[in-house]
Amino acid sequence: MNSGVVFQYKRYSLHDGPGIRTTVFLKGCPLSCSWCHNPESISPLPQLVLLSTRCFGCGECASACPSGAVDAKRPGKTDRTICTLCGECVRACPAGARAIAGQRTDVEEVMTMVERDLPFYEESGGGVTFSGGEPLMQPDFLAELLSRCRERGIHTAVDTSCHAPAPVFMMVAGLADLMLCDLKLAGDPQMLEYTGVKAGGILDNIRALAEDGGDFVLRMPVIPGVTDAPDNLRGVADFIKSLSRRPVLELLPYHSAYREKYRRLGITVKDSFTEDTGRRLTYVRESLTGAGIVIGIEE
Amino acid sequence: MNHMTDRVARLREESLEAAPSISAERALLVTDFYRNPCARELPAPLLRAKVFRHLLKNRALYIGEDELIVGEKGNCPKTVPTYPELCCHSLSDLEILDSRKKIPYSVSRETEEVFRERIIPFWEGRSMRDMIFHSMEDRWLDCFEAGVFTEFMEQRSPGHTVLGGSIYSMGMEDFRRRIAVSMKKQGGDMRKRIQLMAMDICAQSLVLFAERYSSKALGLARTERSPARKRELLEIASVCSRVPREAPSTFREAVQYYWFVHLGVTTELNPWDSFSPGKLDRHLLPFYLRDLDKGLLTPEEARELLGCLWIKFNNQPAPPKVGVTAKESSTYTDFAQINTGGLAPDGSSGVNELSYMIIDVAQEMRLLQPSLSVQIGAVTEPEFLERALEMVREGFGQPSIFNADMIVKELANQGKSVEDALLGGSSGCVEVGVFGKENYNLSGYFNLAKILEITLNSGIDPSTGKTPGPDTGDPSGFASTEDLLKAFRVQVSHFADIKIKGNAVIEKLYADRMPAPFLSLFIDDCIGTGLDYHQGGARYNTTYIQCVGLGTMVDSLSAVDHHVFREGTLGMGTLLDCLSSDFDEDEILRMRLENHTPRFGNDDERADRFACAVQDICTEAIDGRPNGRGGEYHINFLPTTVHVYFGSVTGATPDGRKAGMPLSEGISPVQGMDRQGPTAVIRSASRLDHSRTGGTLLNQKFTPALLKTGKSRKKLASLIRTYFRLGGHHIQMNVVDMETLMSAREDPDAYRGLIVRVAGYSDYFCDLSEDLQDEIIRRTAQGS
Repeated sequence: MNSGVVFQYKRYSLHDGPGIRTTVFLKGCPLSCSWCHNPESISPLPQLVLLSTRCFGCGECASACPSGAVDAKRPGKTDRTICTLCGECVRACPAGARAIAGQRTDVEEVMTMVERDLPFYEESGGGVTFSGGEPLMQPDFLAELLSRCRERGIHTAVDTSCHAPAPVFMMVAGLADLMLCDLKLAGDPQMLEYTGVKAGGILDNIRALAEDGGDFVLRMPVIPGVTDAPDNLRGVADFIKSLSRRPVLELLPYHSAYREKYRRLGITVKDSFTEDTGRRLTYVRESLTGAGIVIGIEE
Repeated sequence: MNHMTDRVARLREESLEAAPSISAERALLVTDFYRNPCARELPAPLLRAKVFRHLLKNRALYIGEDELIVGEKGNCPKTVPTYPELCCHSLSDLEILDSRKKIPYSVSRETEEVFRERIIPFWEGRSMRDMIFHSMEDRWLDCFEAGVFTEFMEQRSPGHTVLGGSIYSMGMEDFRRRIAVSMKKQGGDMRKRIQLMAMDICAQSLVLFAERYSSKALGLARTERSPARKRELLEIASVCSRVPREAPSTFREAVQYYWFVHLGVTTELNPWDSFSPGKLDRHLLPFYLRDLDKGLLTPEEARELLGCLWIKFNNQPAPPKVGVTAKESSTYTDFAQINTGGLAPDGSSGVNELSYMIIDVAQEMRLLQPSLSVQIGAVTEPEFLERALEMVREGFGQPSIFNADMIVKELANQGKSVEDALLGGSSGCVEVGVFGKENYNLSGYFNLAKILEITLNSGIDPSTGKTPGPDTGDPSGFASTEDLLKAFRVQVSHFADIKIKGNAVIEKLYADRMPAPFLSLFIDDCIGTGLDYHQGGARYNTTYIQCVGLGTMVDSLSAVDHHVFREGTLGMGTLLDCLSSDFDEDEILRMRLENHTPRFGNDDERADRFACAVQDICTEAIDGRPNGRGGEYHINFLPTTVHVYFGSVTGATPDGRKAGMPLSEGISPVQGMDRQGPTAVIRSASRLDHSRTGGTLLNQKFTPALLKTGKSRKKLASLIRTYFRLGGHHIQMNVVDMETLMSAREDPDAYRGLIVRVAGYSDYFCDLSEDLQDEIIRRTAQGS
């Protein structure tokens, strides 16, 4: 049986496919988007998370830490270079201010978790969504999970950046009922600048998926000043129109509430964009609709 | 789209603006009647019937400008009668009612004077309240004072019941004929003949009351200048001359007839949850269709009449409550509940066009009363639930949503025929009964967390130093959680015995001294058997005890199980010390208990198994025991506002709850401790066996975004349907964001109209106690 690193389960997830879903977040991502909402998803390894607002300085963590990584005087600080992620401090912290993001989990454990909400999937036409990070970074684990869900009759969706080797991408697409494909930026230079990878491979994967016949939707995060630039909108529209099948394009609004998450991981926020009050979203929708693209909006 | 007519808008505004005040009229009329020495010689049923007639003959009448449906319980909207024969308010009660910050009732100097001079001197020692407290044993009084349980009947009469369909095919003359038939059948049984005679007097009295209204309307019509209003007054006169004497023949007559019956029931006594028309959509449909067909009525007119009925409900604040009863039910709401949807008598969907119209009316009226519920079964059309959720989105906590199939199952499990169970529904908060055929009443809240505290102190109540419970051993010597459960089981059964024994005395007091001959007309089979509603005349007789603090209990047991017996990281002795000092010395331990305990509401079997254990213990102690009316006891899980009061008298609990803080409410998880989203809450909640209760209450707070689009409402509908498929009884939703609530607390004046769901009912947020406001804010908002 395969195992992988999972960093979160979200039950009653409503925005990642049809019906009521459980979203399983797999850890690790080859992209480094400047606006990433899930910074804990980027590293493929488990990470210590500190919720400093809950810490009241009792020092229990320092006493519990076998490696001396926690400064007893400033328990909010932990030397992440010494920390072995043993989890003793998490168990010791009375306030629940410490957690480890990312657990090595085998397929059975994930299935047990997702099967808890089977009656809700059945009633609502929902299922399971594998998200990340980039779930395709753990292809064998993901493939086995998708097969197991198929055996259990659970609808599956995979939320992907589409940045993956073509054979892996098409293998996963063949096992999933629905692919939720990110389409951020159509041009290589912009993609490199904001996400660290080129657009070409991604667009090729999507093109192949359109040929292949599986169910998919495209999803574009509306990042003010980046993805909503007129050039990019034109590029995106042209690309979609060039596909052999025209999928729906869903627009995902940008929120700035994620910044706190960086602090908890001890990472500096890379970039910060202006929160969209809805005007950009409307603009993007109108201009893409004008270009003949079918738009779906997720709240 | 707003359909409200100008008339309804004006009447609604008037209802909203009127401030509740106490009227001495009823108290005075009753007292004058009782003062008559001959009156006191009468057998109780005749005495009560004659008091009823005296009231309906002499009460002031009120026909407001623009009104189409007439009749008030007080002299005008929002004036509230009192019931000194049940609970005679003292001068200090009146002073408190007049001046308290939350839920005040103004008391004029004249009213106070009347109470001082004429009402209080007569009732001292004679009211039911005085007699109840006088009849209770010391240990009952100790428990009552310590907050182990409350007593519903100390200020109000047994209620919660709901009207069936009888009035829609029978006028008072028909009821009288039925009485005459029964009278023959009873032969020489004087007791029953007197009972039936009393019912007969009541039936005539309601006709008299309606005819007085008819004459008044005629009188007003004579001097009315506006021809339009003149026509309306003449129509009122005509309607009131026909109903309730005859069975109603039109939609309007049916509505007015119900309202007269409602006034009668709530004038005779002050039953809990006032009175409710039950399945209004079902009852009114034939009249609606017939009138439409004959061209007597348009849908708009029907809607306007329903609006007028809604305002009538809202015009009647709950009878003023004081003391513990005010704490357990601190609200103006009198819990009338309108059922819509549900099942037809043949088990098919009961949804019809009036079900939708009633939702439209309730939504546009946006009033505290009456409360609307939708009853959803597996056969109910999906569109109906989605329409209900559109209203939920409005954020004033209505409608509450019930599982129609589970209600039938619960009633059948209580021994009712399926045929009768299909006539049942929910009333008040969440309790179930067979409409028109059952006397089912809630008898008091039962404080599970307090009983745990007493268990952990070997039978002693640390707050009083008294020993109300048996010595079930020093918990330090317990070897497992099972040992604690065993001790808790003994304590629960001990306190249930005390409560039930007290109930028997109170039931007898009501049966002997406070029969309800008017209400008995409408509840089968009182007329047929010649027995009063309070004497077991109803076909079914249920007494409920409402267990409170389930979430707190489960988490406390789970904390002991997890930390003391599984992980072994905490000694029982240490835990007990920390509880008795309210964690004064050990905040770290308290936080560890709070944050590292498997908790109810998270789909975690380690905690949830204790929910089943607690339900089993309550069931074993209470369920199926005989009551004094030939029926049985059953349990339910609902709190109204008592979880705040019970919390205030209960010491620290092993789940890390500090002394004095509110308990959890209904079967909801401890406030803020459900961290895995609503599906996990539902999985936990459905581990209880709802079919063995008479109702459970699950409160969930959702952010408005979750109901914004049709798509998200469809998903919410699926969530609810799944809960019901898994066996849940009821769910209600508060849809309001945290910021709004915080602002409302800061600036109450700006948010006076903000209505939130509390527990089985909605209330103005600014009218809630500060504790309860905090608690509602703490309940986790399920977002996504």
